This record gives sequence, C-alpha cells and structure tokens, in this order.
Amino acid sequence: MADDKDVLRDVWFGRIPTCFTLYQDEVTEREAEPFYLLLPRVSYLTLVTDKVKKHFLKVMKAEDVEEIWFEYEGTPLKWHYPIGLLFDLHASNTSLPWSITVHFKNFPERDLLHCPCNSVIEAHFMSSIKEADALKHKSQVINDMQKKDHKQLWMGLQNDKFDQFWAINRKLMEYPTEEGGFRYIPFRIYLTMSDRPFIQKLFRPISPDGHTHTLGDLLKEVYPVAIASDDEAKRYQVVIHGIEPLLETPLQWLSEHLSHPDNFLHISVIPAPSD
Amino acid sequence: MPVSLLWAVDVYGRVFSLSTGGQQWEHCCDAVLEFKRLTAVQQCCWGIACDHHIYLNVHASDVPIRYQEEAYENQRWNPVDNFSDRLLPSDRWQWSDITGLEHKPLDGFLLPSTNWEWEGDWYIDENFGGEPTEKGGWTYAIDFPATYTIDKKWNSCVRRRRWIRYRRYKATDTWAKIPSEGQSGPLPDPFNDISCGGWEISEEPRGRLSLWAVSLQGKVWFRGGIHHHTPEGMSWEEVSLPGEVVQISCGPGDLVWAVLWEGQLIVREGITRDCPQGSSWVVVDSPNPEVGTIHVAVGVSVVWAVTKDNKVWFRRGINSHNPCGSGWIGMVGEMVMISVGLNDQVWAISREDRAVYFRQGVTSTELSGKAWKAVSVPRDGDIRPNSSTSTSSLHSAGCFFSGEVRAQSVMSEDSDTEADPQRAVHEVGASVSSPPSEVTPGDAEAKSPPPALVLSPSQSGGPGDPQWSTVDLEEAQTHLAVGPAAGRGDSSDTCSLSSVVTCMLGLEGLYGPDDHPLWAWVSGGGCAVDCHTQLNWFNSVTALTSSIQAMSLSVSPAQTAAWRKQIFEQLNERSKREIDNFKHYEQAIEQSVWVKKGTMQWWRDWKPHKWVDVRFALEQFSGPEGHKDGIVFLYYNFNEEKKYLHAFINEVTILVPVLNDSKHTFAIYTAERTKQRWPIKLAAATEMEMHDWLALLSVSCCDSRGIQGPPSKQAIWSITCKGDIFVSEPWPSLEACPYPTPCDQMFWRQVGGHLRLVECNSVGVVWGLGYDHTAWVYTGGYGGGFFQGLASSTDNIFTQTDVKSVYIYENQRWNPVTGYTSRGLPTDRYMWSDATGLHECTKASTKPPSPHWTWVTEWAVDYGVSGGTDREGWQYAADFPTSYHGYKTLKDFVRRRRWARKCKLTTTGPWQEVPPIPLSDVTILPCGDQSVVEQIPLWAISNKGDVLCRLGVTLLTPAGTSWLHVGTDQPFKSISIGGASQVWAIARDGSAFYRGSVSTQNPAGDCWYHIPSPARQKLKQVSVGRTSVYTVDENGTEMFPRYYSFARLSVYVFNVALSVQVWIIADKVQGSHSLSCGTVCHRLGVQPMEPKGQAWDYGIGGGWDHITVRGNNIEAPRVRMPSLTDALRPPDISPKCCPLVVFDLQ
Repeated sequence: MADDKDVLRDVWFGRIPTCFTLYQDEVTEREAEPFYLLLPRVSYLTLVTDKVKKHFLKVMKAEDVEEIWFEYEGTPLKWHYPIGLLFDLHASNTSLPWSITVHFKNFPERDLLHCPCNSVIEAHFMSSIKEADALKHKSQVINDMQKKDHKQLWMGLQNDKFDQFWAINRKLMEYPTEEGGFRYIPFRIYLTMSDRPFIQKLFRPISPDGHTHTLGDLLKEVYPVAIASDDEAKRYQVVIHGIEPLLETPLQWLSEHLSHPDNFLHISVIPAPSD
Repeated sequence: MPVSLLWAVDVYGRVFSLSTGGQQWEHCCDAVLEFKRLTAVQQCCWGIACDHHIYLNVHASDVPIRYQEEAYENQRWNPVDNFSDRLLPSDRWQWSDITGLEHKPLDGFLLPSTNWEWEGDWYIDENFGGEPTEKGGWTYAIDFPATYTIDKKWNSCVRRRRWIRYRRYKATDTWAKIPSEGQSGPLPDPFNDISCGGWEISEEPRGRLSLWAVSLQGKVWFRGGIHHHTPEGMSWEEVSLPGEVVQISCGPGDLVWAVLWEGQLIVREGITRDCPQGSSWVVVDSPNPEVGTIHVAVGVSVVWAVTKDNKVWFRRGINSHNPCGSGWIGMVGEMVMISVGLNDQVWAISREDRAVYFRQGVTSTELSGKAWKAVSVPRDGDIRPNSSTSTSSLHSAGCFFSGEVRAQSVMSEDSDTEADPQRAVHEVGASVSSPPSEVTPGDAEAKSPPPALVLSPSQSGGPGDPQWSTVDLEEAQTHLAVGPAAGRGDSSDTCSLSSVVTCMLGLEGLYGPDDHPLWAWVSGGGCAVDCHTQLNWFNSVTALTSSIQAMSLSVSPAQTAAWRKQIFEQLNERSKREIDNFKHYEQAIEQSVWVKKGTMQWWRDWKPHKWVDVRFALEQFSGPEGHKDGIVFLYYNFNEEKKYLHAFINEVTILVPVLNDSKHTFAIYTAERTKQRWPIKLAAATEMEMHDWLALLSVSCCDSRGIQGPPSKQAIWSITCKGDIFVSEPWPSLEACPYPTPCDQMFWRQVGGHLRLVECNSVGVVWGLGYDHTAWVYTGGYGGGFFQGLASSTDNIFTQTDVKSVYIYENQRWNPVTGYTSRGLPTDRYMWSDATGLHECTKASTKPPSPHWTWVTEWAVDYGVSGGTDREGWQYAADFPTSYHGYKTLKDFVRRRRWARKCKLTTTGPWQEVPPIPLSDVTILPCGDQSVVEQIPLWAISNKGDVLCRLGVTLLTPAGTSWLHVGTDQPFKSISIGGASQVWAIARDGSAFYRGSVSTQNPAGDCWYHIPSPARQKLKQVSVGRTSVYTVDENGTEMFPRYYSFARLSVYVFNVALSVQVWIIADKVQGSHSLSCGTVCHRLGVQPMEPKGQAWDYGIGGGWDHITVRGNNIEAPRVRMPSLTDALRPPDISPKCCPLVVFDLQ
C-alpha cells in the first residue's frame, strides 16, 4: 500500500506537456517554431516560461515586444492561478499537449494582472500562504516562522525543490490532534461558466457533532449544483490536480495532501464531457 | 502501552471495568455477588463482596500459573535385589524432598485449594544438569547424601531419581472466594476494607504482593505468601494496632497508611524486603484537627487523604526515608474517596455527582497534579442493543454523561422515556433503601448516628447521597454495640438482607439508563497510565474517530478506504496520461545545486586526537540519471592553512548517532572507514541541530541510492548496543560464490524506535524486543524518532518506550578495628564504581546513558545478582577483583553490592506493542511465498523462561492473536525455528532441545527431545537453518582461542537457492585504526555440505549487538551443483539426524 507521502510527491511533480505557439498576428523576422515544455502543475506561468520568452524573442524585433501574456482558445490565462488549475479549468478532456498561444502585444488589462518581475509572483504566493494560515491556524504558524523560512518556501517552489519546500511546509500542515483538523479549510472553487472568479467561504473540517466533513459536504454547502443527484446524469466534474476524488474523501485529508504550494485547495467544477 | 483496567463499583454493588483502550465501562458479569470494595493490581483484582468475604479475580494470561511439585525416589543397592527400595534404617525416606530430610510420598501431595488442578500425572525427569540421563532418570552416588553422577560406577551404592508433576491455577477471570482462615482457625469478624500493593518492595520473586485488610471491628490483618505461584496467598496474620482502624491503603512500594476511628492516621514503619508487614505504627494527625480523616490513599511516594467534610488533602515531603511526610496541603474538589494507581496517578469519586474523576497532570516532578477531570464514558448497559446502536447514540450518550453539551441530551431523553417503567421500579427500590440516607450532606458528621439498619456504602443510592464513610463508621459501630457474642450472626443477617435489596436493584437497574452513573468505589492500582497516556475517556466524540485511526496493527481502515485508493489510482493514470508520453519534453525548471552549511566539531583523524571546529557543508545536485547525489565537505585549518576533507554521499554506508552526555555526536562511515574502524566523528552544537543534519544526510544518502519508503521484506535488520535500529537492503551478490560483495559495502539506514533484539522472516513479519522485554511488531512504516516530515511515513508511527537499569557498585574493605567500611586501601578501586572498578560512579554523579533517558526510580540495592547476595545485598570475596559469593567466610576481606536505578526512554517508530507477556527471545519461520491468510509459525521465550507459540500470525496480522504455552520442565533462554518447522531451543542450564512433530496442523508440536550438547558444552544461543543448526556456547572466548567470541548469530538457510547465510556479531575485531567490539561478521563459503564455511568478512561495527538475516531469501548468483539441489528433507526429521554444528575456527 502506497504511503500518503507519495501523494505529496505526485502532486508536486505533476507536469503538463505544453506546446507554445506565437500568436499569428505578431510581427516576426522569420517564422517562429512552436516550443515544447513540461510545465509544473503547481507553479505559475510567468515563473516557468523564461525559456519560452527567450525562444520567441530570438525571432522578434525588440521594439515589437511588450509584456508577455498567454491565451488558450481565446481565454487570456491568469498567471496568478497555478498552472494545473488553469489547465483543469480550461483544457481538461482535450488532447495533449496543451496548446498555448503566446502574445507580446495588446495586453488584456481587464482580464490579467501585470507581472513585471518574479517578486510580484513571490508577493502573491506569500500572501496566499498567509491567507491560508490565517484560516488554518489564525496565522500562528506562519507568524512564528522566520524570514528565512518564508524564503525557503518560495525558493523551493521557484527551483522545484520538493524537499526544501516541504521541510518548512509540513509545519503549516500540522494541527493539534485533539482538534482533529484545521480551524477552517482554505479552499477555492472555480467555475468555468460563471462570472464570479471563485467561491470561498469559511468551512470547518469537522462538523459540530464531531463528524468528518467530506468533499461532498463542502460542495453541498457551497455549490450544490455540482453534485448530481442519483437519477440524473453527471453534469459536472469536480477536478483537483487533474483527478476527480470521490465525494466521500475527507476534506482535511484533501487539504493536507492535495493543496497547492500556496496552501489552498483549488477545486475546479467543469462541465462533464458530453460523449 | 498495553491495555490495562480501571476497576469501579457503583452504588448498587455492580462491578465495572474500564479498559485504557476502551470507551465504555464493561459490566463484570462474573461477579454474581454485589461488591463493596475492590483493590486492583495489574495481574489481579481483590474485592470484598457484600457477604463480607474476600474474593480474588486473577486475570487470565496466555501463560498459565503453574507450579512444579517434585519428589525424589531413593534406592540402595544390595547383593540380593540389586537396586531396590529396601533402604537401611539410617537412610532417608524412600520418597523424599531434595535434601532427603522430609518424607514426601507422591500421594501426599494435595492441591492447595479447589482453584487448582493437576496438569498430568507424575513423571520422571530425565534431564540432569543439562545432560540427558540413561533410561529411568537415575543418578548414582556412593552414599546419601553425596554427589550424584549420571554414570553408574562400581562403587555406586545408592541411586535416586526425580519425579515431577505440575499443578495449574484454574480460577482465572472469575471471582474465587478466599477462605477467611487465620493461623488458628476462622477469623473472628468479617472484612470491611482491603488494599493490596507492595510488589515493588523486592524485584524477586515476581508477583509478590502484600494484602492488608481491615475487619469490621477495626482490626488489621496482613496476608502473606502471595506470589506468582501462590496467587491466593497463605493465611491471615493479625497486626497489632494503637487504635481501631476503619480504612487502610498500601502502595506499590513500602508505604502503608491507615485511618483510625478517631480520625487520625497511622503510618506503618519498618517495611522491608525481609519484613513486608513492617514493624510499628506512627500516628499522624488529621489535616484539620476539628475534622477527622475518613479516607487515605497512598502510592509510591504520595499520600492523599479525604476528611469528613470531603475536603481533599495532599501530603507533602513523602519519600522512602520519610514515609510520614512533612505537612498537608489542601486541594481543590470535594471527594468521597481517592485511589492512587500506578505511576502515582490519582482517581477519585466526587461527592457532588458521584462520578469518577482522574487527576490530570500528575508527573514525577508535580505529584499533586493540576486538575480533576471527569471520566465520561457510557456503561455497556447504557447502550441497549435494541435501540439505535449507531455512533450517533453513542455520541449523545457520551455528551450526556460528560454533562457538557446539554442540547445533545434530547436524544438520551428519548431513550429515557422508553425505559420509564424500569426507572419507576428503580426509584421505588431506591426509596425503600433511602430513609437513612436523608441526612443532608452538609451536616452529616454533626448528626447523631441514624438507626441501626444502615446500608453499607455500596448500597446507599439515589441523589442527595450522604457521605458514605460516615455511614460506614456507623455501620461498624452498630456491630460493636451488638457486642462480640452476637456480632457474627448479626452481621451476616444484615448482610444477607441488604444483599437481597441490592440484588433487586441491580437486576432492575442494569439495563435501564440511570440518569447518572453513581460510583461508590474506584481502584486504579492496575491501571497503567501516566500523564502522557492518551486516554479516550474524557471526550467520547473525538475519541471515536481516533480509535478508528489507531485501531489495528496491520492495515487501518483509512488506508483501505475507497476514496484513498481512487486518488492513488487516478494520480497514477494522470502521470501516465500527462507525463509518460512526453518525457522527451524539456523541463521548465533546471535543477541546480543546493548547499546546506553549518559549523560543527570534528574528532581529528591524527594524534593528538581532539575536537576541532570545522565548517561543514552538504552540496546536493542531480546526478546523471536523475538520481540526486551530493558531497559532504569538512573545512578545517591545519597549521594556519585551510584544508578540507570530503565524502561522496553515494559512498556513505551508514550514519550512526553516538550520543553521550557531553556532546551531540554522530559518525559517518564509508566502506573504507569501516575497514579502518575509524569513522568521521562530528559533534553538533545542539541535539536539534544534530537531528536536522542526520535526517538531511540520511535522506540524501537514500536518494543517491534510489532508496525510499519502508524497508523491503528481504531487508537485513541490526541493532546497536544503544538500541538504535538499522536496516540494509541485501544485494544478491552478498552471497555470491565465489566472489561475494564485501559486507563493509552494505548501506544501512536508521529506522525509528528502540530495541534490544529484532527478528524477521522473508515475508515481512518483523518482531522486536525492548530492553524491558516488551515485544513490538513492525507496522510497515519507516522513519519516526528524529526523522520527521518526509523521511518518515505518516501512518504506522507510534510512541515507543523502553526501560533499562543502570548499575553501580558499592565496594567495601574489612579492617580489624571497624569491620567493613568504605575506607579502602590506597591501591583499591573506587568505593563507588562501575562493574570493572576502573571508573568512579557515585550515586550523584552517575547520569542516564544519554539525554534521551530520564530516571524513573531512585537508587536501590539489587539483590538479583548472579552468585547470590546476603540479606543486605552484599557479595563477598577475598580481594578485588575476584569471584564473588553471596555469603561471608573468614577469608573474605572485601565485599561489594550492586545498586540499580531504572531509566526510561520515549521515542517514536514503526512499532506497536504486543502486550502483555514480556519476552526474552523470539523467532519467526523464514518461509517462502506465503498467502495472506496462512499462519506463520512464531515462537518466543518469556522473560520467565516459558516457551510460547504465537497463534494467528499472518501477513495481514503480523502481531498474531494469542500465545499458546508450551510446557517445559525448566526455564529456557534461546529458541529458533528453521526450515520444515524444526524448532530448537536452549534451556537455561545450557542444554539443547528439539521440539517434535511441529506442523501446520499441530503448531505447538508434541514433545521435547533432549539433544546432547557437543563436547558437553553449555550452550547459549541457537539458530536453525534448513539442514544445519548453529549454536553459540556460553564461554565463546574459551572455545575460540583467537579473538572471536560470538555475542549473537543469525543464520538463514532456506528455499531452493541453497543459500546458507551465517552472520554473527563478533566481540572484538581489529581494524587498521582501532579495535571494535560488537562487529557484524559474515561467514563466507558456507554451503549445505560445508556448513563451517571458510572465512569471516567484517562489516559495520563496533557497538553492534544484534543482526538478523532471516528475511533475506534473495537467490545468489552461483554455479549450481546438481547433486545438491534436491537436498530437501521430509518434514518430520528425526532429531538425531540433524547435525548440531558448533563453529570451530581451526
């Protein structure tokens, strides 16, 4: 029987094969070859696409280049969502590799945040971790850490160092045994077909009468539509890290094992494929 | 922690027990009678029933209580009849004891009581001092009394033989009545209070108890002679008193306190190993001179008391030198009685709600604890089988009793209404018995005694209860008033009357949910908890979930849950889908070097050796095949010049923590350094820093070798003399022929936990034994101890404790003026020293072996030294250092005695305890491919020397289910099971035995065959393969004149590979830099037809204690010799055919 530790590894080392192509209207000196890359699911687009940028800049004039942004089938991809979430949300059930279009012009100001440098990503990442710990431990754990521990979390993600990251992150995943779980579960539920960016509410891992809350309990509470009743066909898929956990999976376990490095459980609810 | 029981009696006299692992009070249905009081210890529970008789409930154990009766048959030779029973008139009896002085005819042996039974008939003992005798078991001598020999000589005029028969105690797990007989007939009046303890006064003989009882007339009786072999004790002895006693309490050690009628307390003095009943009483005043004491409870070094106003008091300053203490401290809470259990933990029954309370936070440094916490678990009668037995009802019951969540009680009220008829009856019953109870609690002691028909405490019920102990006093007074003449008859009348009442109450109230369980008495004397124990008794809601998590020894339900399986499967599919076909794609993030630096001290390689400050760095990088690799650097200054030393992580073979009390040291070995017996020794500034480094280096080493997760089933396990556990994955080339891989290249990694011995087999069943003889089973996890986070599995890691003794010696020399004094000659050893006498070890300066150990007892004289001691523990000799003996002769000028102090270690590891029998050896059949349900033979020897066979050991339940006791005529010390279920064992007298007819159908076999030892050597240890048996004799050094002596060996011989593997721990091995004691050695060239092998190959050491290779069935690459491949023997080998081979190194 595999150990729960293996789940952490699998989550961390999840990769999405991606094919980057330059947007057809971009002005180039010669034809741009597509660029193939394995993207870490848990990282951020702008953090891991230095190679992509370099590849396409070779065929472009410097004056034609503005801030880089990515788009998939007409949807601008938000860099501040983890890559795996973007893929699950927009491109689940499509054929691989994932085909992303690269833009250097016409930055969609309404849809995307600017990302001038990596420190912006770091700030965003750290604020997510802090928010998650506020929910889990009233910020007690993250505030007890030293500056260098915070740095180690970020460096771990940036350099894809699983051990380095988890040496610190495990402290964020601890909880007093007598309480049976975190105070609240840090989660976000994303819907493709809604205008709301995501749903986030206060939700405890244990019910007041001592029962363990499951993924199903959470959805029933915050987005009951996602759960198909027995007699109707499945309309939605509930996807985390590219897999569909059973609805009876305990939420606390999910939060400990299937959270992204930002300590949030990012759950995508997408329409079930019709075929 | 083994499961143990808390005992309690409710106000209706019903006996309940609560298991430390359970969550409800179990009704003790065997108790036909109602009980008044109980006093429990771990192995049994004594009680006073409402008939005022004493009953004993001995807990059943897998090892029965057996007693060996023996008698000698004596014969003399005469020319006419040859040897016959016709003896000379001056001779001994024809049937006698061993000395010949007592007449012991076989039919004169009677069972001590009806609670015993004979195991079989008399038979002849054919074993004589470890050697089998000729048929008939006769031993010969010139005359009585003389030295007996096995061989019959020309001048052998007398002979004798020994007959033995076993009797067995059969009244276990039931209440056996103890006849109230004094030394001169029946006791004059019935019992009223009882307390047992005193097992810590002496280590041996085990199971000795002191039982104190108080009669209704206030007399105190002591019951002696309670041992493991005589659980009921011998007879009552009256103890003289300065007054009349109402209640008594006896602790595990030498503390005995009692309460007098007038409210003062008396303390027993002079209790020693030789005089467990003590010599005199000292009076101690009640905490409050106005208000007398009504109850006292003592532990090892605590005394708690309750006064008539229900105030609780704690006695300050109690220790073994001052059993009276120095003063009282008032405590919070109002209690009716208190019980002090093991580890000085405290239980009480509150005055207000009659609930059982546990004192939280009682530690050895804070004996008075912190707060009272109510035990809130339901009784088994409260959850009725017909109503909803779902968890929700259990929850509501729990909440209801804890009284914390009022809203939850709605559900319980439902069940109340259902049970209303019963309840009505119950209330009627209560009102019948309640008139005397209407004394208001506040002024109970101020009022004059109520009418004569007072119920004993266990029978007074209902709300607004009076203080029972006041009632108790009055009851006793009533009997006194009636007078001694009518006393007995009268009391029995009253008793039978009241027992009828309680009977009705008991039956009717049993399954009706009382609105409140009302307790009358609690005894925690058998309840093994301490302040760290996680008890599930206080909050039944979370308790339920946690009990599910920690439920089984093998596979917990959470691991097999469908959701979990689903996630594993889907993640696998995901990586197939998203990664496997795209491996040629470039990675987005390039791997880079990661460096961790620190400062440490290094034990310099060259002379003069000393600790020098160094900078230490670990550089990690990705190796060519994706394996992580690294180098450790050690930067130092030599003659003002910067230099460095390095080691490649993939060449490191083992990291060993070398804790001592001054430095946090660890050693790094490579194959080369193992040969030299000279590791890189480093010391970190703090323990935490050392653990961080060890964990990091260990993970790096495993990564570089591609090892992760738990050890394989074939793994080789070993243990250091510090109790650290290491495991190595065997390579097939280890047994390669003719060029095996040297075993200094084996890579060992540490597994959490602390053990003295480990044994495994090839399907992954691993058992270990601690220094305190506790048995542990491997749970399939890895890590624990200082391995945290990723280096450790989340499941299957549990707390593990171990206890061992530290010994020092007190040495004295005799001089003509003052006798023995601690003033020695200038040339003498230290007057307080270690066993060698070379190092000074005083009581104050001796520390536990490492910072992980903490003292748990005080220094005490150790009487269990080999060679025996006198009454004060002294051993005498002509001079230091010679052989010591336990009695003084005229030639003895020096003496010494051993002091022992116990220390305890608490750690974590992938081990779970297998209670309750402590073991000294264990062996598991090295079987081939096993199906999950098939039973795996596992044998063990208890620390008393009993041979045990474990039933129900399978792959899924490696801990098995129960022990089957295998009878032997003498205690054993070593056991091994080899191919075709051959079981061999070594008895304590050094003789070897083979167990016949062991098979799957008959797992315990049928009888022992005594096998003559080679050259009449006394054997120490045995290890059995398939076709050969290897043993170690007691004086390894004498048999092996060079520098080998075997501490322990492990042999694996099994399956088709014909692989015969012989590994030992050798005592002394010379390396190029230093000598090492306790080194792993591998015998090379061992073949089935050449069991002696050719040469030794040395592995890791020193400081190793134990190794087991019995899991390694990997087939070695070797040239097959067709003539030997079918050397399988039929399953029932005749024992004589088995070669018994003792290693002989030229």
